[in-house]
Amino acid sequence: MNLLANTSALLGKELRTEFRSRELLTTTIVFVLLVVVLFSFTFDPSATESRRFGPGLLWLAFLFAASLMLQSCFLREQNNDTLGALRLAVADPFAIFLAKLSANTLFLFLTELLMIPVFTVLYNVPLLAVLPQLALVLFLGSFGLAVTGTALSAVSAQARMRELMLPLLLLPLLTPLLIASTEATAALFDVKPALRWDWVAILAAFDVVFLTAVWLFGEYLLEE
Amino acid sequence: MVSLKAHGTGIRLENIEKRYGSIYALKQVSLEIASGECVALAGRNGSGKTTLLRIAAGLVKPTSGRVELLDAQGAHGPRNGTRAAAGFVGHATMLYEELTAEENLRLFARLLAVPDANIRIARLLREVGLEERRGSQVRTFSRGMRQRLAIARALLREPGLLLLDEPATGLDPSGTQWLAGQLRGLRDAGCTIVMSLHGESALSELAGRAVRLERGKVAADTREGADLSAILAFSDAR
Repeated sequence: MNLLANTSALLGKELRTEFRSRELLTTTIVFVLLVVVLFSFTFDPSATESRRFGPGLLWLAFLFAASLMLQSCFLREQNNDTLGALRLAVADPFAIFLAKLSANTLFLFLTELLMIPVFTVLYNVPLLAVLPQLALVLFLGSFGLAVTGTALSAVSAQARMRELMLPLLLLPLLTPLLIASTEATAALFDVKPALRWDWVAILAAFDVVFLTAVWLFGEYLLEE
Repeated sequence: MVSLKAHGTGIRLENIEKRYGSIYALKQVSLEIASGECVALAGRNGSGKTTLLRIAAGLVKPTSGRVELLDAQGAHGPRNGTRAAAGFVGHATMLYEELTAEENLRLFARLLAVPDANIRIARLLREVGLEERRGSQVRTFSRGMRQRLAIARALLREPGLLLLDEPATGLDPSGTQWLAGQLRGLRDAGCTIVMSLHGESALSELAGRAVRLERGKVAADTREGADLSAILAFSDAR
């Protein structure tokens, strides 16, 4: 109960500060938009090519945008030592992670949903019919990105060469997630679209495993 | 004057060591601070004052040693216990710049489950002189105003133990006088205060005990008036 109350208070803070600064969401949306538009202009892919390469392109764009967005997740808590104040105030440090990963998932998911119509127009792949299934895959993928990235952001924020550290740690770790989400998305982009539950299950398992790891070891990641 | 229930909490630091790689920030520091005591920590830059206060607050884990809280019944609970009992004002203000003064206090009041939070926040904002700026974002505040708000944040839950790291930072002389008045009220109400200071000021007059740290070790610890002044003056001279 205490965990949920603290998480909701901290999530409110995350959303309010983002609403006022508009740092994370703007950066992420612009970055993904640039990649999707530039790729379209550079290769001018046909509909068949888009169905084949589109999922990989989208998830790579989401992955790099996420690593950009998550960089500042804990870094900005260090400016005024607000992380110290949070650690003094919450009974369970998992609340800090839970609030941050909820906000990050929301920002990523929102970015992805905004990109779907852009992708549909530029790459000539109609996705309206599979939107609910696609939203499920995007959500599970975003959650996996956010949970892993949030945890590693806490580690990299305290390290030297922190700008380099997060992508170096994050990208190899996310390989299984990238494969599963790309395959699940590719099945939905097919001429005969289908939701591949095997890949969805792998995505869900990835999310659960990393969320459990953060729950178990999160406190140690926040220590000075 | 900031209101506080008389419920001071003492603290015992036993053989505390903190090492960063091969460098010792603190070496075998043992201190027992009784409930209701007001202690000034003095020492040059890098002598270990900040590290000691952050360890006492539960923010930094010592390499070795124990931190215990003390009350009338004896010692209890290290780390989380300290975090739960202590109010902490650090070098940084520990405030969110994008949030208003009131939103900052409201956030921490919710996290700390402060009873009657609205009344408490309104009273604190009035007492720290920020009532009229309650709706302004912290990034528009001067350093002194931020420091006042940081002190209000530390006092939200009426702590029995107040740990202050150079609390007069950013305050002008009248601000320092104001802070001294607030701390005097807290001390008289029974709150235990440990503060790091640089030199003698209106704040050092409050201390009934001075501890000087030198290269991570306790070099002097006194309750005697003349020695106490000497310790604080020593810090200032360097």
